[in-house]
This record gives sequence, C-alpha cells and structure tokens, in this order.
Amino acid sequence: MSILETQELTYTYSPGTPFEKTAVDHVSLKIEAGEMIGVMGHTGSGKSTLIQHFNGLLRPTSGKILLDGKDIWADKKKIRDVRFQVGLVFQYPEYQIFEETIFKDIAFGPKNMGLDDAEIKRRVLATANDIGLSEELMERSPFELSGGQKRRVAIAGVMAMEPKVLILDEPTAGLDPAGRDKILSHIKAYHERTGNTTLIVSHSMEDIATFADRILVMNKAKLFCFDETKKVFSRAEEISQIGLDVPQITKVFMELKKRGLDFGKEVYTVGYAKDLLLKQLSERTGE
Amino acid sequence: MLRDITIGQYFPGNSIIHRLDPRFKIVITVLYIIMLFTGDSMICLAIGAVYTIMAMLLSQVKLKMFLKSVKPLMPFLLITAILNLFLVSSGDVLWRWKFMKITSGGINISIFMIVRIVLLIMGTSILTYTTSPITLTDAIERLLSPLKKLKFPVHELAMMMSIALRFIPTLIEETDKIISAQKARGAELDSGSFTARAKNLISILVPLFISSFRRADELATAMECRCYHGGEGRTRLRQLKSAPRDYIALAVTLLFLAAVIVIKITKPFSF
Repeated sequence: MSILETQELTYTYSPGTPFEKTAVDHVSLKIEAGEMIGVMGHTGSGKSTLIQHFNGLLRPTSGKILLDGKDIWADKKKIRDVRFQVGLVFQYPEYQIFEETIFKDIAFGPKNMGLDDAEIKRRVLATANDIGLSEELMERSPFELSGGQKRRVAIAGVMAMEPKVLILDEPTAGLDPAGRDKILSHIKAYHERTGNTTLIVSHSMEDIATFADRILVMNKAKLFCFDETKKVFSRAEEISQIGLDVPQITKVFMELKKRGLDFGKEVYTVGYAKDLLLKQLSERTGE
Repeated sequence: MLRDITIGQYFPGNSIIHRLDPRFKIVITVLYIIMLFTGDSMICLAIGAVYTIMAMLLSQVKLKMFLKSVKPLMPFLLITAILNLFLVSSGDVLWRWKFMKITSGGINISIFMIVRIVLLIMGTSILTYTTSPITLTDAIERLLSPLKKLKFPVHELAMMMSIALRFIPTLIEETDKIISAQKARGAELDSGSFTARAKNLISILVPLFISSFRRADELATAMECRCYHGGEGRTRLRQLKSAPRDYIALAVTLLFLAAVIVIKITKPFSF
C-alpha cells in the first residue's frame, strides 16, 4: 500500500469569481514509503498548492488524498493528526521562528502533539543533532543565528515531530552553495537514518539529480510525469519544452551523443559521468 | 479568508468620475456629507439620493460593489432603526403593547436614518472605489499643504499613509503564510479552546512583527538609496491638474447643496 496517494485531486482558487483559477487539475499519484522524491515545476505550475494538500492545509475542491490508504478528510476533526504525520516545511521557513530559545522553537511542534517533557527533549536534541546544530546552541535566541542556521532550526522544528512523510518546499532557496550542500546532506542523512518518506521541491536540477529516487514534474496545474530520475531526465527535450532544465552534465552528454560519442546511458550526475569517462578511457588505453 | 478584506478597495476604470482631480473629489465628498446632514426632510434626502445615484451611474462601478460596501454595517443599521422605531414618540400611535409603542414619527425617522446612512456609505465609497490610494494621499498632501506654514509635517504624513496602504496586501499575504506554517506544526488556530488559540496567536504575531520591522528597515534603505530626503524640493511624475470638468462637478455639487439648504430654510419641516 502506498503511504500517500491522490485520486483525481483538483483544487480551484476563488471558485465562482472572476479570479477563479485551477491550480491543481485532476492529479493522481502514488508515493511509496521510504522514497526520496524530487518535485519540479515552474513557478505557478501548482506544485506548492499540491504539497499543501498532502498535510491537509488545503482541502481539495474535488478528489481525494489518502494517507496509509485512509482518506485524510474522512474526519475533519482528525486533520491535525495528519499534520503531525505529514510534516511540511514552507519556503523560507526561518520567518516562522518565534520562541525565545532555539530549544523552545524546535519543541513547538512536539509540544502541540501533547508529548511528555522527556520525549520532547529527546526529539529536540536528536533532530538538532541530525540537522547539525550543536547542543550548546539550544538555550540561545534563534534570532542571533545566521540565515543558514535559522533555516536549519526551522527545518528541525518540523523534523522533531518525526513525521512519516517530510515535505520541504525549496529548503535551499537563497542560501550560498556551502549552506545549500550542508542542508541537503543533513536532510539526506536524516532520511537514511529514519527511513522516512521525503519530498523536496527544488529548482536545482543538479540537486534533484543527486538525491531523488523518483521525480515528480508539474506543468500548468497537471501532473507532467512522475518517474525514476534517469527516465525523467532522458526526456530532456520535453522537459526543456515546458521551461525546465536538465542537469548541465546531462546536456554535455546529449551533445556528445549528437556528435557521435554515444555512451548508451543516461548521465545526470557529475560523479557518475566521471566514473563512466574513466572506465571508457582505461578500456581504450587497454586496447 | 484574510484575502476577503477590502479596505479602501480601488477599481481601476476610465469613467468621468475616475478622471476627476482627486483634490476636487475629496472636497466634493466633504460637501456631499454636509449636504446629507444638513437636510432634515424626506425631500432633502431625495435630492441627496438623486445626486448619489447620478454619481454611481457615472462612476461605472458595478452596483454589487456598492451593496457590498453597506453589508458590514448592517448590524449597525438595524440597531439604529430599532432604537428609533421604539424610542421616538411623535406622531400618531399605530401599535401599542405594554410599555412599547410604534408611532408614525418613529417609522418616518427610522426610514430617514437608514436611507441617510446608506447614502452616506455608498456616496463616500465612490471616492475610494474610483481613486487609487496613492492618488488619494497625493491629493490629501496637496490639500493640507497650507498647514506646512504652521510646521505641520504634511509630506511625511502623506508618505506614511501611502506606505501603510501599500503594505496592507503584503502583510495580509505574509500573515496567511505564517498561519499556514504554524498550522503545519500543529498550532490550533481555528479549533481548540479559547486559551489555546490565544496562546497560539503569539506564534503568529511575533514572526509578523519581526518581518514588519525587517521590511521597514529594508524599505528605508531602498528609499535612501534612491536619494529620498523628505518632501523638500521633491517634484512629481504625475502633476495634479484641474480641468473644466472638475469645476463643473464642483458647481453641480454646490447647486445640490444650495437646493438642500434653501429647502431647509424655506420649508422648515420636522417630525
């Protein structure tokens, strides 16, 4: 059984007014437990609207969302429990920080779950460790931190609820390359440690190519494709037609292929490209 | 939910009312209010109604929008009507029950008050519906400029007003976002006990305040980068120029006001 499933999910903003706009149009998809998924799509393609349905912040105009096979809107009063199981980190999450200490801010979610103090403490320290925040920072004010550190506090605030599904909307937007790599590797480490399901919205094809098992592409409110990473990037032509990009290294290999040097494989990470080239070279010198 | 707030909503258009000089529009609106409150008979009110309907038609704003402007004041209207209905004791008694009674005077005054308030709201909303907030503050600045001689900071006041108006939609959007983010962390905002909700309000207000201060700081820097140094020696891209139509509109309004005053004086009529 899929952990998260949508059936003909449709969402319309301001229905019945001149501003009516369908942001998500009959989207049906299945996400399996333990997957790491990259979400791509143009600004306004409906991806943000889609992910806000996964934890019940938006209620579909029509269609269903199933969590563990159960309709999350079956009982409206239980929607808060859904939010604890599906953690959503918004874009620029550092703007939601409000507590006096970092510890308290990370503890906000777990506290709302009604956990006892010992469990809250365990979770806060564990996630702080996962995201790379040292324990002596815990009693400091979050507002003294750097931008990248604040971002990590905010992400930890959602992770500490230990959701089965963790969704991050552009967790690296506006960070420098070092901060970006750090956050992504922490998220990946957390994913590997807990075996949770993770969805990351990103505009960086390079990032998506390195971490995602599968890629979900949204285009003009519709699901464009949802497939394994290499299969998605093998459709480079179509992807660029809808205004998205493929990793630069994929472009290099596509150009090589055009000029008659076919490696017979889809290349989308630099590491893989290096291995492939080295292997080719050693084969040639061995001849 | 927060998106539905319509403070000073403006509907772009190109009607004659839209094109009137905003300074004249403000003065005319003030005269209009005086007209409504000078008149104390149904005839005066009828004159006011004719004037309002004329202006509404000329503005080409949909009737629905005017009805919407009255809607939030419904409870207030209702209370006014009920109080007048039972408390005014002039005229013939039409209905009596124990200590309560309804008189013809009461009915008259109730209707009179409701019509007057509705006209007041609809008439003044023509001003905000047809004038963009920025032009409106511009006009206020110009109208108040004589006060500069008294060292009153007219320009600064107008600038603060336009900045405040400009940031209303931005702050609404921001609030929406923060609410969603805290809900995602399980904050109870539309469910749960009153105390839980009040407590959770802090999780909305603190980030909102912080981001407002940050925005103010950024805006100040951006303005300084573009050499803003207050109103002194500042010229405008769009100069306010009065045209013949502005004087005609003013003359028509004065004519209506004069008519109301004449009726009030020559035919004193009270309930």
